[in-house]
Amino acid sequence: MKSIVFVTVILLTGCSVTPSITPWVKPYERGYLADPIMSFEPDAVSSNYMHHVYQAREGARGAEGGGSGGGCGCN
Amino acid sequence: MSIFLNVSFNVNFVVLMIGLLLVATHSVAAVLPEERSDVMFHEYEGGGVTINGPSILVRKNFMDRISINANYYVDNVTSASIDVLSYGSPYVEERIEQSVGIDLLRDKNIVSMSFTNSTENDYDAKSFVFGFSRDLFGDLTTVSVKFGFGDDVVRATGQAAFEDTLTRKNYQLSVSQILTKKLIMAVNLESINEEGFLRNPYRKSSILMPSDVGVIDRQGTWEEENYPNRRTGDAASLRFKYYLPYRAALRAEYRHYSDSWDIQGSNFEIGYTHPIEALNLTLDVRYRTYQQEAAFFFIDFLDASNGAEIPTFHGRDKELAEYSTTSVGVGIKWEFLSSRWLVLDKASISLNYDHIAFEYDNYRTAEAGGYELGQEPFYEFDANVTRIFFTAIY
Repeated sequence: MKSIVFVTVILLTGCSVTPSITPWVKPYERGYLADPIMSFEPDAVSSNYMHHVYQAREGARGAEGGGSGGGCGCN
Repeated sequence: MSIFLNVSFNVNFVVLMIGLLLVATHSVAAVLPEERSDVMFHEYEGGGVTINGPSILVRKNFMDRISINANYYVDNVTSASIDVLSYGSPYVEERIEQSVGIDLLRDKNIVSMSFTNSTENDYDAKSFVFGFSRDLFGDLTTVSVKFGFGDDVVRATGQAAFEDTLTRKNYQLSVSQILTKKLIMAVNLESINEEGFLRNPYRKSSILMPSDVGVIDRQGTWEEENYPNRRTGDAASLRFKYYLPYRAALRAEYRHYSDSWDIQGSNFEIGYTHPIEALNLTLDVRYRTYQQEAAFFFIDFLDASNGAEIPTFHGRDKELAEYSTTSVGVGIKWEFLSSRWLVLDKASISLNYDHIAFEYDNYRTAEAGGYELGQEPFYEFDANVTRIFFTAIY
């Protein structure tokens, strides 16, 4: 957990005082990235459910990139 | 709401809050999530278990600065799983999960909060999540942090005197990075700390005790499990998504997990999304593999009839065993409304199906007859997961 806090603080505070960096992909060049098919999780209701399915049946948890609630319903 | 009182604001948390406040003063624009409603029916069927129900997710924005969302989710469980068949009775139960959340946008920063309440007849869970995200480097980078606090109450049907608790803290850092005009990457790190009653009160260990004279099958070997009361785990994932030379997207993900119970798990997933514009369809195919090593106290069967020492911690939860899963899935979305009509901007219906195969390497089919005790075949089963949902964007 300490490493997560350290990296976060460095990223956020460091970036906030760094002179602005010229983006190498200009805003007008992001048409492909703005396409809905490029979303990592286009449908939260669906991806949250699949995270829950795997969390309930696999020992590994976390870093899925989405959210899920408590409880289980999996005994 | 004891969840709020149990939070220990340690030094790391305070340092991170100061960091967030330092950066929350810069400007220009992020965007709130799109306004939409989803109504989904979900079903999981496999290993003698069927779980289905609805999930309704609604999001509404106000003044381009505030976004509120609410989710109502139900699991209707019918279970005759291998554990239930081995030492219990098939059962039916219902879990209801309700959550509300709010996102507040200010310039490049979004502050998020959500609260979730889950209830079952033998388990209650409350969780609160606070998040902060910020766009950096000309909006090429988005950094998000989340802190979650969970407070659960565990009960057991038929054991009126039993009640115990579990607390959970999550720390998550996510970085989304535009690499090229067609390639985006996301890194997620998460630490999960749990403390309290971490086992299932119904599940049993299989141990042949010196007093079990004449026992020849598992029925005479079931003993109370004993788990450590603390579990800390760390997960890290790396995801890529690439826009192909034609209108389609390829994605890949790798995640590694390890915890204080010696569980090591990793999964790899690859997927392909292909729109068919003439028919307003979007197709998706995916493949996922997962494998994990067992917890240090997992024991499928222990012969202690000769007086052998029984470890302090022992458990037989198959999710703590050594095993692997393989999943293949397909999805199709039909956008039947693609231009504005009344209050709707778009509307679609989606169908997704995933088939998951579970293969265990040290968890045996305890109920199998005709085998020497502890020499039953390794357990395996297949599961089918179906999601069908209607989406309205407004």
